[in-house]
Amino acid sequence: MEALVFLGCTVPVRNLNYEVSARKVAEALGVRLVDLPELGCCGYPLKSGDQRAALVLAARALAQAAATGLPLVPLCSACAGTLTEAAHHLDHDPEARAAVQAELDQLGLTYRPGVKVRHLARFLLEEVGLEAIAGKVVRPLTGFTFAPHYGCHFLKPSRVMGGLDDPEDPRSLAQLIAVTGAQSLDYARLKDCCGGGVLGADEDLAGRMAGGKLGELTAAGVTAMAVVCPFCNVMFEGQQKAIAKRLELEIKVPVVYLTQILGLALGFKPDELGFKLNRVKPKELLEACK
Amino acid sequence: MRINDCDPGLKYEIAAEPGGEGIKACFGCAACSARCPVGALVPDYDPRRLIRLALIGDRERVLASPLIWLCSACHGCAEVCPQDVRFSEVMTAIRNLASRAGYAPPSQKAIAKQLAAHGRLLEVTDFENNKRAELGLPPVSEAPRDYQTILGLAPEAGQEPGEGA
Repeated sequence: MEALVFLGCTVPVRNLNYEVSARKVAEALGVRLVDLPELGCCGYPLKSGDQRAALVLAARALAQAAATGLPLVPLCSACAGTLTEAAHHLDHDPEARAAVQAELDQLGLTYRPGVKVRHLARFLLEEVGLEAIAGKVVRPLTGFTFAPHYGCHFLKPSRVMGGLDDPEDPRSLAQLIAVTGAQSLDYARLKDCCGGGVLGADEDLAGRMAGGKLGELTAAGVTAMAVVCPFCNVMFEGQQKAIAKRLELEIKVPVVYLTQILGLALGFKPDELGFKLNRVKPKELLEACK
Repeated sequence: MRINDCDPGLKYEIAAEPGGEGIKACFGCAACSARCPVGALVPDYDPRRLIRLALIGDRERVLASPLIWLCSACHGCAEVCPQDVRFSEVMTAIRNLASRAGYAPPSQKAIAKQLAAHGRLLEVTDFENNKRAELGLPPVSEAPRDYQTILGLAPEAGQEPGEGA
């Protein structure tokens, strides 16, 4: 099985532990991730200022993907949401498609409807399946507890991201955690937004949004929080110390990418999954998986 | 505020933007406000109130308000709205109008400039690619020329088009 990987802006520069673990896990599960070096930004950061230009940038990536005939698999939830929304919009609206095509003509690209966009976690669930993943688990993570963080753009808006899970009562990431043999924590702030979307506009507000969840998980005492988006990671891991200081809270929550714990369960060593780059490390887990 | 100061055309301008059409269906139930994680922490930030101000046509209090940049785009409001207003999308429409009216925060211009320079938000140099190689990851490249064309922005002085810095 092949898929075109969409790295986006943040993952290939700041989140190499995510990328390296995603590639290892995909390969172990029989998914060959194909690279297309000219794929750049999905357009999301431009949306607030100029959503028409943002749509053309998303259409550029979709046109490049269409030429390969492969499904497009982003690692970042914002990229996945933006590209899925763009494909949905352009596939259903011939007028918008014509306007975008006029722009793509300048780049020598053709928009072809029908490109399937799916976040890697969703792709693994839907294309590989829980049973096949379970069959490849060689190191069950029994006794460890992970708190899934779905984030916002993995499942919402359900109008375009639907079909996998209910964003008001999500289960998909919990299933992917449970398949490793670990326990997935159901908690009060499960669905809370990380605040990453307002980090640029109001750092204090963003910190308070992330801080609620970090406080709850510190009290709960989980092995780690498991994320699927580099922006959520910026808030929960990158900003964790600053948030603890500003809110004067005792906060300590290891943050891992879901692909890192899948990788451990599939038998990879922590070093092969980029755990050296995790800032708040799940020490007991890494000790057990040496 | 006086009725003569209101601009009934504002709602049509918002509705004419992609994703903005839902605003006209709002009947003010405040499900969006109840679901909003930003409103829970910033009492002045109230999606229903912003919608009412837009429908009434209080142009300045909507487009010039710093509050409109606080939406985290979590889409919770869109999930619970009984009228399919899709407030998070309406907010994008409002922000686009505000940007065209000159109210965008400086970060918006910086983002466009960065994409025109690198085709990515974060620059990729040999340093990044060497770090990637150490972990066995393939190199990534920059293809900013397409971004310059789409955004109508010339590359920064001293920078060759098609190349990273």
